[in-house]
Amino acid sequence: MTKAGSRTGQWAAAIFLLLVSFGAVAVAVGVSVGIGDLPIPLKTTFQAVTNRIGLTSVQLNRIHETVIWDYRLSRALVAAFCGAGLALSGAIMQALLRNPLAEPYVLGISAGASTGAVAIVILGLGAGTVSLSAGAFAGAFAAFFFVALLSNGTRGGSDRTILAGVAASQLFNASTSYIVTTSGNAQQARDVMFWLLGSFGGVRWPEFALVSAVLGLGLVICLLYARVLDAFAFGDEAASALGVNVGRARIILFAVTAMMTATIVSMVGSIGFVGLVVPHAARFLVGPLHIRLLPACAIAGAIFMVLADIASRALIPQQVLPIGVVTALVGVPFFSIILYRFQRAS
Amino acid sequence: MSIKADKMTWKIGGTTILHGVSLEAQPGKMLGLLGPNGSGKTSLLRLLAGLKQPHAGQVLLDGTNLSAMGRRLVARRIAFVEQHAATNANLKVIDVVKLGRFPHRSMFSSWTPADDEAVESALTRAGMGEKRNQGWMSLSGGEKQRTHIARALAQSPSELILDEPTNHLDIQHQIGLMRLVAELPVTSIIAMHDLNHAAMFCDQLIVLQRGQVVASGQPEDVLTEHLLREVFAVDARIEASPYHSRPHIHYLR
Repeated sequence: MTKAGSRTGQWAAAIFLLLVSFGAVAVAVGVSVGIGDLPIPLKTTFQAVTNRIGLTSVQLNRIHETVIWDYRLSRALVAAFCGAGLALSGAIMQALLRNPLAEPYVLGISAGASTGAVAIVILGLGAGTVSLSAGAFAGAFAAFFFVALLSNGTRGGSDRTILAGVAASQLFNASTSYIVTTSGNAQQARDVMFWLLGSFGGVRWPEFALVSAVLGLGLVICLLYARVLDAFAFGDEAASALGVNVGRARIILFAVTAMMTATIVSMVGSIGFVGLVVPHAARFLVGPLHIRLLPACAIAGAIFMVLADIASRALIPQQVLPIGVVTALVGVPFFSIILYRFQRAS
Repeated sequence: MSIKADKMTWKIGGTTILHGVSLEAQPGKMLGLLGPNGSGKTSLLRLLAGLKQPHAGQVLLDGTNLSAMGRRLVARRIAFVEQHAATNANLKVIDVVKLGRFPHRSMFSSWTPADDEAVESALTRAGMGEKRNQGWMSLSGGEKQRTHIARALAQSPSELILDEPTNHLDIQHQIGLMRLVAELPVTSIIAMHDLNHAAMFCDQLIVLQRGQVVASGQPEDVLTEHLLREVFAVDARIEASPYHSRPHIHYLR
């Protein structure tokens, strides 16, 4: 009876926490939508959104309404989903590789996606957003297979996978630089460099539809594998002894992270450190069990990225910093702390 | 019938670690696996737990080839306690023990009272009930080992495989653990170094040397002065203990 009671209590607490978290994401998005070259009060923001989804019909400035709905809201929501996806990918890779430094950026998957996208833009293989995304996808999976091959498929140790990732990062970053520097067009090269550091500038509702679909699917698959990820705590062999099909679990989960990363990089460029910083912070808050950790990562990642986007627009007036600059400025000190503590622990 | 190994050969790279090893564990009995460092004990246990596939020969679980069974099905039967199982995740003791229920749950099934019962009884048996909420990083080596054993017991196995489980334990917990395993109603296979403990608690012994079985049977038949000299390179005298009548080994030098 008491056990059933405590379980109901746990559910109530979990639902309450989820509601509070969604509230926090909504507030962050609201603030983000209000900030910009054209300041718009929070109330107008709210009314513009409720107007569009048919809850209210308040008369508003049409420019305000368009700016909010078509530019800023889609941008803030895409930022939220990208943050969630990168944090989720980081958490999955850290669990599978049992390495606190693992994330898509460190493992070269982001670099692969960049190379693919840059090859499309500069070498002119096709045109338009669709082919750029396709290039990023191809690049991300090329990097994924390169790392898998170099680390001896699913049987290599996690250290080998990290080393293979470092090699992949170097290779693909060098390829990207090669393509950019040997291209004749200086303006194009500049645009690409800016895109590489990450920007939410171009994203609209079609991007939102794609990223929310991919991330939604990714989150569901990851949550189904939450217990499997827990079973990896003591290593591949221990997971196998508990009945996990280690090879299959690793392939599915790596493929899901590669898919999420490729989608995100193809839209907003390669943004580092979110996948590294957020899972560690979330683990500190909710503990190491993945059924709690993964949702916490998604929510914390969403909030972090929306705030980083605000900072990128608000830090220097009349100018937008690349989002990767902001996340790296926060991420590198954090990375150093992890390295330092990791060194002491071993 | 329980676990039976049939002429198993296992290689790492070009080196043959096990040469046609055969053994049969008696149901409900405790089988001790002895041998010097590097004699292939850990490799043999891994093959018996189905974590690696032998290059030749097979492992039979109640007559079924282990490699033909799914991982989850094997894990419901066989629990394995590794020698060095470390983690950098600061899991609580209870969460580690709950991992033992993994093979009994499907991806969608929720936690049941039966799961609770298995975890509770495992915690109590391993003497970790009071430390259930402690984090992994705060545990001593012995407590970590007992948590692993609780996790294995929570799997409700019919076969329990342990790789030198008494490492890191003080003498009280060494004896306690051996008695615990001996009293469990499961078939157990346990690799160990302490020959006196093996003689005291095990029903059957197998001795490995350079990847081959050199002796097997009852402790009093296996543990001879000749074998100790040949396999372990020690001079010893063996007599029946006046206290428990099992063989007792006095090392001479």
